[in-house]
Amino acid sequence: MRGSFGPILLILAGLVALWYAAAVQMNVKEVLTQAERDGAVITPASAAERRDAGRWGLVFGNLEHLGATWSSERSRLPAPHQVVAELWDSTWVEETTGRRGIVRSGSLSNRSLVYHGGVTLGATALGFVIGALAGVLLAVGIVYSRVMDMSVMPWAIISQTIPIVALAPMIIVVLYSIGLPGLFAKAVISAYLSFFPVVVGMVKGLRAPDHMQLDLMRTYSASKSDTFWKLRLPASVPYLFASLKIGIAASLVGAIVGELPVQRGGLGARMLGGSYYGQTEQIWAALFVAALLAAMLVWFIGWVERRTLHAMGVQP
Amino acid sequence: MDTEQDKNKMREQSVVKASALDLTFQTNDGPVHALKDVNLEIGKGEFVSFIGPSGCGKTTFLRCIAGLEQPTGGEISVNGMTPDEARKARAYGYVFQAAGLYPWRTIGGNIKLPLEIMGFSKAEQNERVTRVLELVDLAGFEKKYPWQLSGGMQQRASIARALAFDADILLMDEPFGALDEIVRDHLNEQLLALWARTEKTIGFVTHSIPEAVYLSTKIVVMSPRPGRITDVIDSPLPKERPLDIRDSPEFIEIAHRVRDGLRAGHIDE
Repeated sequence: MRGSFGPILLILAGLVALWYAAAVQMNVKEVLTQAERDGAVITPASAAERRDAGRWGLVFGNLEHLGATWSSERSRLPAPHQVVAELWDSTWVEETTGRRGIVRSGSLSNRSLVYHGGVTLGATALGFVIGALAGVLLAVGIVYSRVMDMSVMPWAIISQTIPIVALAPMIIVVLYSIGLPGLFAKAVISAYLSFFPVVVGMVKGLRAPDHMQLDLMRTYSASKSDTFWKLRLPASVPYLFASLKIGIAASLVGAIVGELPVQRGGLGARMLGGSYYGQTEQIWAALFVAALLAAMLVWFIGWVERRTLHAMGVQP
Repeated sequence: MDTEQDKNKMREQSVVKASALDLTFQTNDGPVHALKDVNLEIGKGEFVSFIGPSGCGKTTFLRCIAGLEQPTGGEISVNGMTPDEARKARAYGYVFQAAGLYPWRTIGGNIKLPLEIMGFSKAEQNERVTRVLELVDLAGFEKKYPWQLSGGMQQRASIARALAFDADILLMDEPFGALDEIVRDHLNEQLLALWARTEKTIGFVTHSIPEAVYLSTKIVVMSPRPGRITDVIDSPLPKERPLDIRDSPEFIEIAHRVRDGLRAGHIDE
């Protein structure tokens, strides 16, 4: 890690600069229209001409009126500092000073991203646990049963080719109609996305021991369960963690997709809400919280992995 | 009565007995005769080497003794049982070409693996680990992980693992094949000392003529296509063998005979 800090900062600065430039270009039309209403002289003067004009042409023709592209209320693309401000307002400020915030009401505000992030995190965690368990069990079945090997794997692959956005509302409707809570419906969608990498990784992991290692177990007349617990399972651990990292990120995506049609809290609900009301800052803020959450979850799995492999004596 | 007793005694003394053993693998390119008409008897306490070019069936024969391959013809018995029964009775320890230690277990943990499977008590396991580690000169390495050991030490640990449950047969499939010659010499010396101390019956696959002659009381020369025995040499060398015995005329004479046997197998083609 040492020495990589500089390059990381450089890339980050580049991305931020690109974002600011994009914000100018994306917001220029609306900002110029507003400026004209306020009495400024815009080139070209007529709205019809501006509609057909290139955005970059408008930018360079009206350099003195561009200030608002980084501060307008309803921009197509909010500037980075606007998103950061929105993040700050909808987390710290909302919770500490808001009427519904935790300081004044004793519970998390339903306008705060802390609350919505927590909702999403709960569904992600539950879905991940279900998906990972199902994945491991299916993998064990596939490795030990030829029938399952031939029958389950094709369906597992087919299941991942169906767009989850199309499937999610149906899952929610079906589960809601049989009386299961929304959290569970979201967790099912999460599990649906996260079991697959776990199946693939675990099948590979459980099959990792070579002929020689399996023959060694045979020379001991080891039972199937001994071979599983003492050889196949420990050999699969590195594969398991690699697929858990993919699985937990997929779980988060699943939970967010599951929140889109429900609109009862969660980052997905915030994103869709933001797009309904043209609150792009809100969308971006929710997006950043989701990315942060994903990074934390993957880091957490990595931490458990390091601890586990260390305890297993793997070469550091 | 006398003849009955003699028979019993014979059965007791011959640990492995193969007669007219055949093994044919069916492959896409047609049948492969891995073993054809193999007849061999291995007595108790013998050190038998199997030598020959690759494809001569030496490893296959060892695996037949271990019950890891099923012969397609003839008969083979191990300790008076079928190889499968002998395997289930845990009659032998098997050492593979690679040490194959589990990286997630310490050296002690690796040696405990067969003991756990066979249901030894915790105290017994610990006692045996200490004993076999001393036997292969690895005392004090119990808590190390395999990656912390050199290749030669790993192979010694895998021999200790095969010795841990006191099988009286030790089957070794080119155990030192991947090691350099200096380490190999050292391990050969140690293996002889170990054999003298434990009085086990050892079946040893190798492709090195000096190794086979140095170690064995009986050298089985094999040749390929079909895999068969071309010569069985009972070594006249004494049981006590310092490394420099390899310069003695007897040693060179046996090595010659082995080489002739290997060459004869090739001319046949």
